[in-house]
Order: sequence, then structure tokens, then C-alpha cells
Amino acid sequence: MSPETDPALLEELEVDLFVEVLHRRYGYDFRDYGRASLTRRIRNLVSQQGEQSIADLAARVLHQPERIGDVIAGLSVPVSEFFRDPSVFLALREVVLPALSTYSQITIWQAGCARGEEVYSLAILLTEAGLYDRTHIFATDISDAALASAKEGIYPSEDLRDAARRYLAGGGTHTLSDYYHARYDRAKMDQRLISRVTFANHNLVTDEVFCEAHLILCRNVLIYFTDVLQDRVLGKFATSLVRGGFLCVGTRENLQFSPAAQKFHAIDIKAQLYRLQGKR
Amino acid sequence: MTAVVIGASAGGPSALQHLLSHLDASFRGPVVVVNHLGPDGPDFLADMLAKTSRLPVETARERIVAQPGVVYVAPSGYHLLLEKGGRFALSMDEKVAFSRPSIDVLFASAATAYGANLAGVVLTGANADGAEGLHLIRRAGGLAFVQDPDEAAIRTMPTAALARAGADYCGSLAHIADRINRLPR
Ligand SMILES: C[S@@+](CC[C@H](N)C(=O)[O-])C[C@H]1O[C@@H](n2cnc3c(N)ncnc32)[C@H](O)[C@@H]1O
Repeated sequence: MSPETDPALLEELEVDLFVEVLHRRYGYDFRDYGRASLTRRIRNLVSQQGEQSIADLAARVLHQPERIGDVIAGLSVPVSEFFRDPSVFLALREVVLPALSTYSQITIWQAGCARGEEVYSLAILLTEAGLYDRTHIFATDISDAALASAKEGIYPSEDLRDAARRYLAGGGTHTLSDYYHARYDRAKMDQRLISRVTFANHNLVTDEVFCEAHLILCRNVLIYFTDVLQDRVLGKFATSLVRGGFLCVGTRENLQFSPAAQKFHAIDIKAQLYRLQGKR
Repeated sequence: MTAVVIGASAGGPSALQHLLSHLDASFRGPVVVVNHLGPDGPDFLADMLAKTSRLPVETARERIVAQPGVVYVAPSGYHLLLEKGGRFALSMDEKVAFSRPSIDVLFASAATAYGANLAGVVLTGANADGAEGLHLIRRAGGLAFVQDPDEAAIRTMPTAALARAGADYCGSLAHIADRINRLPR
């Protein structure tokens, strides 16, 4: 069927157009994002912005640079949780932190930190292991809006109440409420938890590796990428990590189509915890 | 080859068990299931359904191509989408109407990926998930089957689907299974 008769093909064309605008006009490269999810985000953006079609939105964004912030915020999915998958935090606590404790300075890169829930979770882990003071965490994301809320560290109190159980299941040794101040329905995280965190805008697709990391935590970000892009980013992670460095991805991620994944070996498949092997 | 997507919520596991047990072992389409309120264990529902289904049942994995004659269940905590060519994708996007996985998200992506070579099925449930997705499936030329609300453990979801999308067939689980068995191969 030709595009004129098949609405699905027409829409594909519009998505191409939109993606091309973001790339050529603004340098944001979404060309290798999985199409199904990306199309869904773009459809949502069209209705949020009150446009008639994806093509209309593309035209609007092309001519109105002031809109690009909202568009990136809308395409990014800053959905996270404190201590999501407690068993992963337990594995980090029991397997990774003891290994990291042998370094005098520890560098952790958290890629795709969203609104920061995972950064605070990680900082709590490091604090309780007595390692926080010699750790530096780079927390990066493509969404400035998400980074700003991560820095602010204010969350619905309900989120933290829900997380208390996960914190304990993840091996927490205090109570989660030691780490925040709740006021009415908002909770502000203890700012000491980010005293050793650098928040930075970094695009995994287009930006270069910038640190030598002992641990890279990148959960539920690569799920949005095609095989080719997933592979490219895993290659970047291999470049960034020290020999024997750790990589943790989301519990449902599948690395089997990435040649670069062979540079890693699994040390805990359930927690999706890997280690860079051999020399670089 | 026609793919089948199925959405269920409250009362879903036993309805799914019933429906799947009536599918022919020779059915060749991929069957993809979203069920809300899945018990916590990661592969619990798939294991439970595998016990009575004549077709093999697995939890869907990202990047895998949905195989003919296999039933896939969405993992809890993620939205499940189908890419063109029948590959699975997972997303962590916001919950939709309090649900992740969302039936609408699966159905909408399947309608885009499979067009007319698709049948959507809405079963028992206490919310309106699946109604919009079923509408999109029909609009793309696919078929819509809805469990008879009078027969459903909870009638809300099938009723909402009928109101929004209508149906090509509305009836008992056994009769829906029969329609599925007769889909073009
Ligand atoms: C679903 S969140 C994952 C949050 C957290 N890691 C977790 O698992 O709970 C995905 C995040 O990846 C970010 N992201 C998407 N594409 C990116 C890219 N190219 N570079 C860096 N971050 C990206 C999004 O902005 C979003 O905040």
C-alpha cells in the first residue's frame, strides 16, 4: 500500500520528519530509538501541545526554538522509584560495594538518572557502607527538567512511604525516614546525600565518555534504544569503565543482540549485574 | 498470519486459563497477553497458564520476535509493546490509568504493527483499560472480540470496550476461542 492509503505508513513518515527536525535543527538524535515507544511519546506530545498531527508539531518545533525544552522533557521518560527492585540494591550492597571499597577514590556514573530517585538510593547505600565520602557520582540525563528536580530532591511523601519497605528489603540498616524531612505531602531529601554528586546533561547517543568509572548504573534507559544504539552505548560504557568495573542495567533488559555486551560477563543475571572483563 | 492480543484485569487469570485451554494446539499466530494485578512473582502468571494451555506460554522478553503458536505474557512493572515485524519492546513510561502494563499501550502498538492482521480480545476487569486500544485495532482493520459482560467475573471492562469500540464478536470464552481458532492462518 502507498502512504496515501495506509495511515500507519503516513504516520511513520511524519515520525521520520519530526525526528529529522530534532536532529538536524537541534542536534537531538532520536533516530535510533525504538519506534513503537517513540511513536507513542510523540502522539502524547501532539495531544499535550494541542496540535492536530505529528507533522504540525514538527513544523511548529522547526520554527519555534523556544519549544525544544518542552519537547525533550516530553520525549524523555523520567519515571523512576526509590529502591526499585530491592534485590538489585541488595546485590550492589553485598557484591559491588565490597569490591569498590578497595579503591581509595570511587567513581560512579549513573546514566539516565531521571528525577534522581536512584541517585539518592545509591547515596544512601554508599553512606551506610561508609564509602560515601570517597565516592564521586556523576548523575546524567538528557532532560534538564528532570535534572533540576533531581537536584531539588523534593518528592511526594507517599513515594517515600512506599519505598520504606523496599529500602529494608534492599538491606537498609536504618530507617528510610532518617534521610528526608516530610512536610505535609512533600518530602525533602537530606542534601548531604548529593554533596558528592555532579548532575550533568549528557546525551548517551551523541556525547562522549567523560569519566573513568568503577560502576555504571544505567537501568531502564537502553530499553528505549534499537539494537544498534544499545550496542553503541554499551561500547561507550566499556570504554568508560576501569578494568573489572561493574555495569548494572534494568532487570528486564536483554543484551543478547549487542556484540559489545561480550566485553562483559554476568555476575548476577537476576540483578543484571555485569563486570567488564580483560584489558581495554 | 493473524496475531492475537488479549487484555484482562480483575478475574483475569481464570478467564485466561479458560480461554487458552480452548485454543487449538495447531494455532499459528502469536498470542500476547496483558493482565493487570499480576501476582508479584516475575513469571508467576506464565507458569500458571502453561499448566493448562496447549500452546507454550512464556513471559515476553524485550527484543525477541514473537513466535507463531506461542503465548506471551507481559512482565509486571513495564508496558509491553510490539514493534513492526513482531518484536517486543518494553517501556517504563508512566502508568496509564493506574496500570503498567497497560492494555491500551499494547493494543495501540499492535494495531500499528499488524494492521488488519490482528485480533484484539477484551476480557473481565474492573476498569476501562483496553477500550481505546480495541477501538484503534478496529480502525486499523483488525477484529475485536469481547467477553460477554454477563459472563465476565467483572463486567466493567468488557462493557467499556463495547461502548467505545463495539465488537466483531461478543460471547463466551469458549466461543471467543473458537473464533480465534478460525482466524486466517
Ligand atoms: C525510565 S527512566 C529510568 C530511570 C531510572 N534509571 C530507573 O530505572 O528507575 C529513563 C531515563 O533515561 C533518560 N534518557 C533517555 N534517552 C537518553 C539519552 N540519550 N541520554 C541520557 N539519558 C537518556 C530519560 O530522560 C529518562 O530520565
